[in-house]
Amino acid sequence: MKKLLIALVTLVPSLVFAAGPDVPLDKADVDLHDKASLQRGAQLYMNYCLGCHQLEYHRYNRTFEDIGIPQELGEKYLQFTGDKAGDLITNNMNSDSAANWFGTAVPDLTNVARVRGADWIYTYLRSFYKDESRPFGVNNAVFPNVGMPHVLEELQGLPEKTYEERMIDGEMKDVYVGLKTDGDGRLSESEYDQAMLDLTTFLVYVGEPMLLEQRRTGWFVFGFLLVFTILAWLLKKEFWKDLK
Amino acid sequence: MFKRFVEWMDARIPMTKTWNIHLAQYPAPKNFNMWYVFGFLATLVLINQILTGVWLTMNYVPSADGAFASVEFIMRDVEYGWLLRYMHSTGASAFFVVVYLHMFRGMMYGSYQKPRELIWLFGMFIFLVLMAEAFMGYLLPWGQMSYWGAQVIISLFGAIPVIGDDLTLWIRGDYVISGATLNRFFALHVIALPLVLVILVFLHIVALHEVGSNNPDGVDTKKPKGSVPDEEKPKFKFHERFTNKKDIVDSIPFYPYYIVKDMFGFGIFLFIFCYVIFFNPEMGGFFLEPPNFEPANPLKTPEHIAPVWYFTPFYAILRAVPDKLFGVILMFAAIVFLALLPWLDRGRVRSIRYRSLLHKLNLFVFAISFVVLGYLGTQPATPVATVFAQIFTFLYFAFFGLLWFYSKREKTKPVPERVTSK
Repeated sequence: MKKLLIALVTLVPSLVFAAGPDVPLDKADVDLHDKASLQRGAQLYMNYCLGCHQLEYHRYNRTFEDIGIPQELGEKYLQFTGDKAGDLITNNMNSDSAANWFGTAVPDLTNVARVRGADWIYTYLRSFYKDESRPFGVNNAVFPNVGMPHVLEELQGLPEKTYEERMIDGEMKDVYVGLKTDGDGRLSESEYDQAMLDLTTFLVYVGEPMLLEQRRTGWFVFGFLLVFTILAWLLKKEFWKDLK
Repeated sequence: MFKRFVEWMDARIPMTKTWNIHLAQYPAPKNFNMWYVFGFLATLVLINQILTGVWLTMNYVPSADGAFASVEFIMRDVEYGWLLRYMHSTGASAFFVVVYLHMFRGMMYGSYQKPRELIWLFGMFIFLVLMAEAFMGYLLPWGQMSYWGAQVIISLFGAIPVIGDDLTLWIRGDYVISGATLNRFFALHVIALPLVLVILVFLHIVALHEVGSNNPDGVDTKKPKGSVPDEEKPKFKFHERFTNKKDIVDSIPFYPYYIVKDMFGFGIFLFIFCYVIFFNPEMGGFFLEPPNFEPANPLKTPEHIAPVWYFTPFYAILRAVPDKLFGVILMFAAIVFLALLPWLDRGRVRSIRYRSLLHKLNLFVFAISFVVLGYLGTQPATPVATVFAQIFTFLYFAFFGLLWFYSKREKTKPVPERVTSK
């Protein structure tokens, strides 16, 4: 019987599991305690992303407080829309026009890290490549035919798909090996990777701004539960002594 | 002072009497094992859902325009709003975990058998209302999965011949799921169904306290009056309501013995519950599905629509059948057969401990089928998965058929007169 159970548990998933994403995702080593990374990420977001992508459920002042930016500095250097500090992080782009320009509605990114996951964002941001067949001249390996232009081209340069000749089944074939930038960007490859990790970290924070508090509270709760459960067990033992 | 207060109360309302009948002098079999904690836990989870629900309602906006944003407002701007929401969302899943285990306990020890058929039926109604409650609650965050999950489930009613289309229109209050649907689901979720649920739970417990609990041995602990010599009776004082009619054996008062034992079980439960709340509220996408963090978009169907895990066994049964109407019928039959268990099981022996090997195997296969179906329901319906779903759907129903067949002449082990315990 046990063998049957083991066979079922091991066999069924392997038969049924659907394929994951087409491109293997790189691991985003997100550290929400890294305030500097969060601040750099916020800076990138406000400068490059907010023009189109709102964070319409999150507020400026909460952001500044959580990632350790003094209110005045935040208002001066990161708030470009004339909003008040307590306002939600929105832009003034007309969503109907945007849908016309890009062929699809521009998504809000408040929860993007919860929908897609950090690894996806990190890989996506580093997977734009030159593709003349697309309206903006770029495509994305993680999100094929995405409507978004390569906004960070001035930082990364324009990568191209690279191929390598390999022998497969006795034939020489071009095999896709990855993306290689043309080196026109302001950042080196490793600097760009770090910048994208910063941006990803910021988006993970925006997705779950309560995360650190949540974990911290969790440990206190566990501490309390430990005491509670031990006391409950002792109480049970004490009462049940009568029954022996 | 306190004594005078109690006397004052007792002269006006049966306070002490109720306490004694249902707790301090309520006889519970002394051999309950850990399977008996889940009823207590279900009650506590219900209280958790009601309390957190009340506070969530204070900031939730039931409209197609405001719902999603208000949930994010709760998560971000309300003090400890995230905690309230995670307690509520985790509580919904925890409710089904404890209820499924509670039901399985009943199946193992034959707690549905005579004279507890009505308790079982009330329990099945609780289960049905709970499913409706969870389903309607899941629409309220107005995320993608809320919307499309509801779309799939409501469209099932469209499979009913003749009235199907009108019925779905009536449920939605619109030609598609819209703000009208959201508003009525909100009303049902926060008022109508919780009321029904609380009343049913009350009846479930009233019926239970009338006949008394079953136990892991499935033997009666209430013997005919006068059949038990005094020295074999427990040393505890039970309420005369119980002792007048029967001789009570092998029992202890529910309060304090089972209260303290259940409190310990509650502590263990809370460890798991709080782990989810504080460290893993999405539970790998099973408790909160990632697409649900995107607002509902009627123009964009998600790639893979899966109901929340507690519906997936029934969803897998539905998908296993090529014909939609027959699939819907079979899905509801899966629940109806459970409800009919007291009459499908024609055996006299309650506990699995004294029943045949065939019965043990049958119940084991049933439990495995339920779990596998639950897993399959979360996965895309590939041809291989569908074949598996069909096999396990067959096994699920085979349980009831076989049970009815063999239970009449089942070869059981001798059942002891009295409960066995260490």
